[in-house]
Amino acid sequence: MVEKIISKFFDIRDSHTIEVYEQHGGYQTIQKVLKKMKPQDVVDEVTKSNLRGLGGAGFPAGRKWSFIPKDNPKPKYLVVNADESEPGTFKDRYVMDHYTHGLLEGMMIAGYAIGANLAFIYIRGEYVRQAERLLEQIEAARNSGYLGKGIFGSKFDFDIVVHRGAGAYICGEETALLESLEGKKGWPRMKPPFPAVEGAFGCPTIVNNVETIAYVPTIMERGGEWFAGIGSEQNGGMRLFGVSGHVEKPGLYELPLGTPLREIIYEHAGGIRNGKKLKAVVPGGSSSPILTQDEIDVKMDYESLAAIGSMLGSAGVIVMDDDTDIVRALHVVMRFYHHESCGQCTPCREGTGWAENIIQRILNDEGETSDLDNLVRIAENIMGNTICPLGDAAALPLRSYVTKFRGDFEARVSKGRKEAA
Amino acid sequence: MAEITIDGLRLEVERGTTVIQAADQLGIEIPRYCYHPGLSIVGQCRICLVEIERMPKLQVACHTPATDGMVVHTNSDKVLEARRAVLEFLLVNHPLDCPVCDQAGECWLQNYYMQHGQHDSQVVVDKVKKHKAQPIGPNVMLDSERCILCTRCVRFCDEVTATHELGIFNRGDHSELAPYPGVELANNYSGNTVDICPVGALTDRDFRFKTRVWYLNETPSICPGCSTGCNIVIHHNDERTYKADGARVARLKPRYNAEVNQWWMCDTGRYGFDFVDAESRLLRPRKRLGSELEILSWRKAMQAVAMAISETVRKYGPDSVAVVLSPQMANEDLFLGRELFSNLIGLANLAFEVPKLEPEEGDALLMTADRNPNSKGGWLLGLPHHHEVSLATLLQVAREKEVRGLYICHHDLGQAVADKELEAAFSQLDFLIFQGSNSNMVSEKADYVLPSTTFAERDGTFTSHAGRVQRFCQAVAPLGDSKPDWLIFKSLAKALGHAMPYFEAEDVFAALADEEAAFAGLDYGSIGESGAQLSPGAETKTPAKTKERESFF
Repeated sequence: MVEKIISKFFDIRDSHTIEVYEQHGGYQTIQKVLKKMKPQDVVDEVTKSNLRGLGGAGFPAGRKWSFIPKDNPKPKYLVVNADESEPGTFKDRYVMDHYTHGLLEGMMIAGYAIGANLAFIYIRGEYVRQAERLLEQIEAARNSGYLGKGIFGSKFDFDIVVHRGAGAYICGEETALLESLEGKKGWPRMKPPFPAVEGAFGCPTIVNNVETIAYVPTIMERGGEWFAGIGSEQNGGMRLFGVSGHVEKPGLYELPLGTPLREIIYEHAGGIRNGKKLKAVVPGGSSSPILTQDEIDVKMDYESLAAIGSMLGSAGVIVMDDDTDIVRALHVVMRFYHHESCGQCTPCREGTGWAENIIQRILNDEGETSDLDNLVRIAENIMGNTICPLGDAAALPLRSYVTKFRGDFEARVSKGRKEAA
Repeated sequence: MAEITIDGLRLEVERGTTVIQAADQLGIEIPRYCYHPGLSIVGQCRICLVEIERMPKLQVACHTPATDGMVVHTNSDKVLEARRAVLEFLLVNHPLDCPVCDQAGECWLQNYYMQHGQHDSQVVVDKVKKHKAQPIGPNVMLDSERCILCTRCVRFCDEVTATHELGIFNRGDHSELAPYPGVELANNYSGNTVDICPVGALTDRDFRFKTRVWYLNETPSICPGCSTGCNIVIHHNDERTYKADGARVARLKPRYNAEVNQWWMCDTGRYGFDFVDAESRLLRPRKRLGSELEILSWRKAMQAVAMAISETVRKYGPDSVAVVLSPQMANEDLFLGRELFSNLIGLANLAFEVPKLEPEEGDALLMTADRNPNSKGGWLLGLPHHHEVSLATLLQVAREKEVRGLYICHHDLGQAVADKELEAAFSQLDFLIFQGSNSNMVSEKADYVLPSTTFAERDGTFTSHAGRVQRFCQAVAPLGDSKPDWLIFKSLAKALGHAMPYFEAEDVFAALADEEAAFAGLDYGSIGESGAQLSPGAETKTPAKTKERESFF
């Protein structure tokens, strides 16, 4: 059993305070980094660790950091994406609740690496307690000289601003997040330019997920190679798998990347609730294509899931037993994306509502077989044709639920027809 | 430079050129809704998706820069399918109320559906309901259900006028265009939002339901509203004027000219065409005898006016008749007016501009304070710049009977001088002649009224304040017996015994270009549809011959 990194703090009383964090070795790494390392060394170490972006896209963190232009005289910013809104995902909340200073220390190291003297935490509006905790602990860090001018007696200035969102899913998309941070409507930007070149307030900006940054202190403490050695190929270290749904023990499980899905469900999460049989699993938050019970021998890393047409995403594992009405499950998903589509570009704005309406019609027993083809067609016409990934996030589950569980949908449609007759 | 291949055609383009711009240069039409060359790029509508070799996904042509060696396909199966899909999405919540929509016939949902869609509707669900027919400003009506959220109008108000009236509110398929709370779309360029709206969301309150657009014909012209000379198109209804209470000119639309107005025009100019079909139009030459009005034929009118002028000049000398030409008149009119009154009759007093009681204001965009289309043209022909004294002097010499006959073209002197003062001066005159298109306080007092055509009913040229000579063309027939000003001058010259060899405005311009250095080498062909910029050096004036004599002005 591999030693836990973040989740070991979940069981420690008052682990969110500076005192307790420091009793467990906190804030040693940042001091070592500030004294002994150049920013580029930090980037190299993180690159070596194979740390991936744990918000969902899985982009290698070290490589992202290296995109910050060296010759740009503008200020650089670090933005931590704490807008955790993907259904089935609840890891960042725990990180902020229990590993508060681990996140802050990770931000200091990341800020030092990319040359940012100011960082923002963009936190979803519903995370009231977490925002309050962050504000309180950032103030404590500032009072201790850990934030502000010349942190830890070094020449590096660093401070953190907490910005609360207003509850839009789209603001978890990094460029919409930046728009919202700037006080504008949360509409994703066209790329390029990418945020590393032109991000917050027109300045080079790195946007990283909470969990990604939270692993940085340990990587810098134990070394990139050590971290890379834990996960699977190109997938460094561990991550917090959030298991929800019809399992005996739902919760967060910090496990090496590459842990088989079957092991997560049956060993760590205690198997299917009430001795029922597994029907389907959503492996990485609601956007990831659904898997059938036959597909759970997959390794939970980015490449392995991509190979079977799904994705690791936010590692929010949603387990459905065989009592689950898959049509209703898809309706819940599509109602969410319909509600959360920002409306900026056509396919997502119109397609999500259309799809939800069709599924509603099927649930009303008014469906036609042609509706199923239309659902797949709508998904395929959204996919890849939108400004931001929300389109794909809606289209992928739509297509996968209907194609993988076509039988369930057809049964529902023909039931409707029989009753009408 | 980058060499790009689009649908097999190669083109060298400058760095930074986008695929849609390169395609436009090649004459390959890529459909677009949100893209507009005068606005920032947002990539929102997704109808311009194209296939680019070595890129896995389709790319929006509006936001993708052309790079060297790039190979683009705008008509592959994948592109056509995506385009059809975007259209289908756009129509999911569209009310499809074309039969009662004023945009029908010039709607890009209709056009692209015919070109690229033509699918049967699969949409059986209820559509999202939004606000209908809301007036959002004095000139613009919004139908939110028809809006495809391309944000062109929002960007126009943010980027061109910087007045920021409009925004997109709410989210997803409930997104709605609207003015900000408590704000009206009342900037003086609001009509442009209707032009750039690709669908029936924004319609023109002045134009709505007057006629179907397919009944309209189009004629290139120049806005006569100020000295900028915005290039426009007159949309005129030639056969179904009963649909608009007899109005033939239905609307003015801006016409692209990179050097002048780009894609835009101001509302003052856009909605300032009412006078063309107004009841106040002067339709027949006429003579006043006390309170009686007598309609004259042109022949009789010209004889009478010629007689009045020549008798007065014979009795009291060439200083006794004064003529006020107008910067509303075309170069051709001013040239022949100068020829007739200065050179042939030898009048000393030829005025041109009359300042208004309250000067107009211009803006930083297109509209100038000089609300005349051709002041510059007059100056280049040596007509005097105005100074406030001129009109006062004129009235004074009239009162004192030094001037006994006054010939006023177009000016509504009621806008420049108090009525009482005018009447005091007019009452002393032997004759007052008014030549113009619409009645005003001068025409009401005039002994002779000579009806001229409006800019929409004739050919001619204006010279903009920037020294650009631009042609306007006849869109509709002259109303009643009205004639172009130059033709009236030609007739009057004939009645005075001088034949002028001009049959078309173009002939007059040719003579003008021969005589006037500033216009040397120009003709209607070389001016073309986009105008000809006079070189700054060529703008030296030929002094009018009147200057050799003593003038009141």
